[in-house]
Amino acid sequence: MEQTRIGVFVCHCGSNIGGVVDVPAVVEYARALPNVVYAERNLYSCSEAGLSSLKQGIRAQRLNRVIVAACTPRTHEPLFKNACEEAGLNRYLFEFVNIREHCSWIHRKDKEQATEKAKRLIRMGVAKASLLEPQEETESNVIPAVLVIGGGIAGMTAALNLARQGFRAHLVEKQARLGGWLPHINRLCPTDEEAARLIDSVIREAQAHERIILHMPATVQEVSGYIGNFHVTVAEKEGKCTFDVGTIIVATGAEVLQPLGLYGYGRFPNVITQLELEERLRPPPSPSPVNDGGGKRWESTVFINCVGARIPERPYCSRVCCMTSLKNAIRLKKQNPAAQVYVLHRDLMTYGVEFERYYRRAMEAGVRFLRYDIERPPQVVGNGRAEAVVVWDTLRGQERRLPVDAVVLNAPLIPASDNATLSRLLKVPLAESGFFLEAHVKLRPVEFATDGVYVCGTARWPADVSESIAQAYAASAKAAIPMRAGAVTAEAITAFSVPERCMGCGTCVVTCPYQAIELRIANGGHVLSGTEGLQKQVAWVNVVQCKGCGSCVAACPSKAMQQRGFTDQQVLEMISVISGL
Amino acid sequence: MSEQDFHPRIVAFCCNWCSYAGADLAGVSRLQMPTDFQVIRVMCSARVAPEWIIKTLSAGIDGVMVLGCHIGDCHYIAGNHRAAKRFALLKEMLGFVGIHPDRLRVDWVSASEGTKFQTIVTEFVERVRELGPTREFVTAHRRLDTD
Ligand SMILES: Cc1cc2nc3c(=O)[nH]c(=O)nc-3n(C[C@H](O)[C@H](O)[C@H](O)COP(=O)(O)OP(=O)(O)OC[C@H]3O[C@@H](n4cnc5c(N)ncnc54)[C@H](O)[C@@H]3O)c2cc1C
Ligand code: FES
Repeated sequence: MEQTRIGVFVCHCGSNIGGVVDVPAVVEYARALPNVVYAERNLYSCSEAGLSSLKQGIRAQRLNRVIVAACTPRTHEPLFKNACEEAGLNRYLFEFVNIREHCSWIHRKDKEQATEKAKRLIRMGVAKASLLEPQEETESNVIPAVLVIGGGIAGMTAALNLARQGFRAHLVEKQARLGGWLPHINRLCPTDEEAARLIDSVIREAQAHERIILHMPATVQEVSGYIGNFHVTVAEKEGKCTFDVGTIIVATGAEVLQPLGLYGYGRFPNVITQLELEERLRPPPSPSPVNDGGGKRWESTVFINCVGARIPERPYCSRVCCMTSLKNAIRLKKQNPAAQVYVLHRDLMTYGVEFERYYRRAMEAGVRFLRYDIERPPQVVGNGRAEAVVVWDTLRGQERRLPVDAVVLNAPLIPASDNATLSRLLKVPLAESGFFLEAHVKLRPVEFATDGVYVCGTARWPADVSESIAQAYAASAKAAIPMRAGAVTAEAITAFSVPERCMGCGTCVVTCPYQAIELRIANGGHVLSGTEGLQKQVAWVNVVQCKGCGSCVAACPSKAMQQRGFTDQQVLEMISVISGL
Repeated sequence: MSEQDFHPRIVAFCCNWCSYAGADLAGVSRLQMPTDFQVIRVMCSARVAPEWIIKTLSAGIDGVMVLGCHIGDCHYIAGNHRAAKRFALLKEMLGFVGIHPDRLRVDWVSASEGTKFQTIVTEFVERVRELGPTREFVTAHRRLDTD
């Protein structure tokens, strides 16, 4: 047999690893480990220079196993596996060791122990790598259809984008109408166009498209399968409907916090939410220009930003509120230039070019800005109606009393109430905030770690319309990749049975959640010694069906089942090198 | 040897989809914890064979954690249900073979629960420090075996 030649590449990751772990010492240590013929360190193993050094190492040192000790395999493994392949090494002869997330970042105070731990982790990786074997991947088909959940601007844009490319799009909307929040909104910042006009034309197009199949009002009840072949059950008014799709896009949007009990909301009729103001500002039949219902124009309006946002229970910024209050403050000033309009804020987020310009416009229009402190929040005082807002002005260092005709509360977008249910149905995670959590905030936005499932719009976190549209394009472009290719390769981490050991008990058959295993008559050579001539049934794994959970392997009483890349021997070897016995 | 000088050897089996991601998040969030554990990635908590635990603990590893997705969230439908059942049983058996059941901890950590990962690891390392090394037990047994 060919001699095992392992190369170990240790990444400094700038100072992320190198600032805690003594990388040169770790490289020295690695070099002395069994089967290791080469070790080097890189400033950034994932950089162009790092990757070419890796490939160079494989060729020059005739490496047949490669270890990179760096960050998490959940993001960078494909990159290094591809590099191995480019250098002529089977991608399954690569082993990733995580010494950043699981070492340097969590042990910053104890450099010595962190260095020792990095050595142990690499030693475990070397032990496993010595036992790795080359594998071949299998292909499976991808159905050229997508399920889009949520019929707001994001969902409709994604569905249209794919339908126009020739894919069938099932669009599921739980309400009885399309559009999400936009039909409730007056005009959109920063362009001030009418929201209704934008959304109506998208709705018309989505309804008319021959390849968009609308399920409305409807909800997704069941999803099984995997990328390429998801089986979907949708509950509609008239019973259920089932269909198959290759990919799924989540575009379920967000809800708006009802600020009950905050700043007199629910107690004073003239304390309203931004959303309610949008409704009042919309063209007739709703009342316009804004008044208090009794016909008196608002001469003084106070907007309060960050109502129920950026607090310990809800620490995130809702992103669209600052713009929205600028937009509506300018609007009120336009309708009644003599009116007093105040925006009480904690910080104003007017990112980018357009919104900063908007901010200037608001100032020029005479909108007053006042910074409050969350430790001393504004008080809405009154009797039956809100009469004034009393607020500590942090910049002037004094208390102010602003008489009001109306108070507008800017409450944040919050995660949709069905997110938890949907997260379970689709096996995709939610972040602590309750919004959907993509595979990697920076490197893999709009896609989940689960292959074939994507997310866009405010289901992901608060975003404005143009961002939601951009994300919808991104998610649909991502979804089009496997659908266009027509096939995907599955990672070769599937189970396999060793017929010589298998007793044909069938435990694995009932354990498998994917019906991927069956008992078959073993053919020549696969019979127990001493039982020649007898027909024996043994487990057989359909690798296209197998998703690689390894449940059958742990269940097998005769150790006949194994999992590629996670064999008993590989794992126990990792343990034995650190057990020290 | 005092509890503090004792650096236990601990392995944590984490499933790829939730708990490993939770451990990654703990890292990204720079949550600090003891160095005395090594994560071994498996695809699902259901891959962790009970036999591994026994072998691990009798090889001188002082504690084992099996961390999966929350019940209902397993990427492979219900692998963690299986794991939960297997390890409930195994925990009872550990007592019989003279291994303290607290040396095995089974828990659920989602991809967003970096803090929970930190808490579990910190508590577990602490508990294993209290229990002391398994090594004494193992060598005692070895001796018995050969007698
Ligand atoms: C008061 C206010 C003012 C705003 N002003 C502006 C502005 O001026 N400019 C701007 O750019 N942005 C503005 N926004 C933000 C804008 O509303 C969002 O960017 C936009 O609505 C996001 O679209 P979406 O498709 O992601 O979500 P949504 O509009 O929330 O649509 C989601 C859709 O999914 C459906 N759905 C939810 N759950 C399910 C489920 N389980 N199954 C099926 N369907 C489901 C919902 O019924 C809804 O139709 C404002 C928001 C608010 C609240
Ligand atoms: S994948 Fe996490 S427990 Fe199954």
